[in-house]
Amino acid sequence: MSEYTQKGSQGNSVGIVDKKLHTTAEPPGEMVLECGRKLGPITLAYETYGTLNAEKSNAILILHALSGDAHVAGFHSKEDEKPGWWDSMVGPGKGIDTDRYFVICSNIIGSCMGSTGPCTINPKTVTPYGLEFPVVTIGDMVRAQKTLIDALGIKRLLAVIGGSVGGMQVLEWCVRYPDMVAAAIPLATTTRHSALAIAFNEVARQAIMADPNWNNGDYYYGDRPETGLAVARMIGHVTYLSDESMRLKFGRRLQDKSDFSFNFSPEFQVESYLRYQGKRFVERFDANAFLYITKAADYFDLAEQHGNGSTIEAFSKMMARFLVISFTSDWLYPTYQSREMVRAIKKAGRDASFCEIEAEWGHDAFLIPNPRLSSILGGFLDRVFNENAR
Amino acid sequence: MKMPGKMMRFDLHLIASWIKPGTRVLDLGCGEGSLLEYLIQNKNVKGSGIEQNESRVAKCIEKGLSVIQGDINQEVEDYPDNSFDYVILSQTLQQVYAPDDLIRSMLHIGKMGIVSFPNFSHWRVRMHLLVTGYAPVTKQLPYQWFDTPNIRVITLKDFRKFAREVGYRILKEVAIDSQSVNKEGNIVRVLPDIRATYGIFLIGKE
Repeated sequence: MSEYTQKGSQGNSVGIVDKKLHTTAEPPGEMVLECGRKLGPITLAYETYGTLNAEKSNAILILHALSGDAHVAGFHSKEDEKPGWWDSMVGPGKGIDTDRYFVICSNIIGSCMGSTGPCTINPKTVTPYGLEFPVVTIGDMVRAQKTLIDALGIKRLLAVIGGSVGGMQVLEWCVRYPDMVAAAIPLATTTRHSALAIAFNEVARQAIMADPNWNNGDYYYGDRPETGLAVARMIGHVTYLSDESMRLKFGRRLQDKSDFSFNFSPEFQVESYLRYQGKRFVERFDANAFLYITKAADYFDLAEQHGNGSTIEAFSKMMARFLVISFTSDWLYPTYQSREMVRAIKKAGRDASFCEIEAEWGHDAFLIPNPRLSSILGGFLDRVFNENAR
Repeated sequence: MKMPGKMMRFDLHLIASWIKPGTRVLDLGCGEGSLLEYLIQNKNVKGSGIEQNESRVAKCIEKGLSVIQGDINQEVEDYPDNSFDYVILSQTLQQVYAPDDLIRSMLHIGKMGIVSFPNFSHWRVRMHLLVTGYAPVTKQLPYQWFDTPNIRVITLKDFRKFAREVGYRILKEVAIDSQSVNKEGNIVRVLPDIRATYGIFLIGKE
């Protein structure tokens, strides 16, 4: 996912919010991960917005994508220039209305945004984990989040919502804890990566690992693999856009030049844009976290992991009402993958709504303010709320 | 009969009157979902719909309806048998490429089907062709031959004959005189084959 939030968001805001921490799996009660290794203690960064009602029946969990964090809406301070990553969707009177719902957004293990991941200190060695950090899966991420929801005293979530890798967590939540999820909104996502998606992730990982500063993941006390991570981000960023959006945004226009300079400095606008995105990204993201999260996304396979190879069997374990959304120009998780998901939901006898929203912005369309997307989510949640929470 | 906020088309009203409360209904080509909305509010049905047009699908989901964007001919294949009590195909049969396949699928996934279509043997249609010599253009079928989405011409008699040949039972039928855009309408009891603008059939498995 990219960053689209403008300075000072439009309309109502949830205002100033705090990042909170939840800690679980303290030794000797470490969590046994899918890879067989143990991890603990585990810290998850999370934020909440709105008020949990007395029945604790109005909670919505938002799950973020690859490079996201728990800061989904509002500002951390008065001086904060940028609101959270989905501020257009989450807030008073917005698609996910914080006047009605208690909204939780949790970071994932393996990330570098406040939760336990490769850049946090390994209590056994008192140095950052680096590649000592176990390979985590989408299932491990969701199991850790479950302990947070338990700690908040919430027995059943009104909805789980997420796009991209967040959508994989949505599906994982539904299949692991069917009684805890009344409704689910997987956006711009898939039940498993295509070869194309794995290929792009692998090229991005290779870019990081080819950077001499990466040093087998042991770089926290020296120079960081900034070049590798920036290139990884540039590759990722291209897959989040579309031919059409790039044509409209950049075309073949040159940056601050009227003619070619016949060297390899950035000349085309698209080049300088990607370099800028890469540079910005290394300021906030950890290269090892990028490796771990992309690997978890590549490993995710709903049918293999939960349905003995059958997507239908996996969905028949779920109890949630579904709203599946895809975007016309998304070539990373194209609509046919969402349609396959919808087909399996129907065949499993579960309730599904599906809309392919017309948008030129590629995979990133789910992050960009879109009145249609907001009103669809709002209407769907309204119904779920009336059926379950009243 | 209790009406929803907005008046519903007369033919949809008749269809609604056939549906038993508390049943499961699938509406193929549900548009903006007015029939589904009515059935959920007044008959407490468990309703869902299929619609191809993105903005209509969005309208439906905004209203809180379960609607899937897709092609009805494909979408009907993906439900388990007998998932619904009624599968409705309203004013669409004349646009379907393979009506026999579609009706067969409808009766797999549903216990009963409700099918409605404009009657091509209405006297105005007959007169139009007889007198002018041009392919009929009426209020119910308002297109020229070259731009019409209505690739099938069907009469009430045709549909009854089709039922015998394809192998489904007609459980109920009603002929109406109504203009689709108009909310008013009458049930036609005398000479329906000639006087009805639309036919509505409740069909079941043989």
